[in-house]
Amino acid sequence: MSPNDVLLRTVTKAAIVIILTFSIYLFFGGHHNPGGGFIGGLSVAAGLVLLFLAFDIETVRKNIPIDFKKMAGFGVLIAVLTGVSSLFFGEPFLNQTFGHFHLPIFGETELATAVLFDVGVALAVIGTAITIILSISEGK
Amino acid sequence: MNENVYINIIVAIFLLFGTILSFLSAIGLIRLPDVYSRSHAVSKSASLGVLCTLFGAFLFFLLTDGYFSIRLILGIFFVFLTSPVVSHLLNRAAYHSKVELTKETVQDDLKEFLEGE
Repeated sequence: MSPNDVLLRTVTKAAIVIILTFSIYLFFGGHHNPGGGFIGGLSVAAGLVLLFLAFDIETVRKNIPIDFKKMAGFGVLIAVLTGVSSLFFGEPFLNQTFGHFHLPIFGETELATAVLFDVGVALAVIGTAITIILSISEGK
Repeated sequence: MNENVYINIIVAIFLLFGTILSFLSAIGLIRLPDVYSRSHAVSKSASLGVLCTLFGAFLFFLLTDGYFSIRLILGIFFVFLTSPVVSHLLNRAAYHSKVELTKETVQDDLKEFLEGE
């Protein structure tokens, strides 16, 4: 008899929207509030683990066709490149800058290059966490 | 009695109600006989206690600082959404791994249904 997971799956569909939205909020709020790349990436990974629990691994892998090992490597690559790119402007390694720009919807916005480093950290954290969990669960 | 005192009283009532409900659910966890009635006590009253505490904190920041904390609203909604499902899954896992019901149980319809298949 296969278990009937209607309740868990329905609530997961509602909860995953909240979790991913909140992790994006944590990611972008990291400059002035508690949050940032690490905790944003970890909460994305927690949402994906909830998906793996509610649905089976094959279904989720088919709908999110991302190689998480490559994702972790890509994150480290981004983080290193943002550090290296400051060398081209005659600044020390990992130096950062910010400026005020006028964006169409957001209006006057402060954009910092530290966000790019945070993108790398977040991708590395998501890739590493999901790789660990998937490789544990697939081992017989 | 100025306005601030009334705000503090309302917030204090919410916080006290929430903590009393959490305490009652802890007593229910100790005193009730089997898994199912324990989870009945804990899931309802503990989640309502957490909801009252979060709502008290939300009211406090809204009325004193004028800060509308969307994170607390989201937390209230999230606890309200997920805590009954957690208790449902725990109870079902307990039943399917054949945890005994208490001796005072009168009727077990699910057992007859599962045996009938």
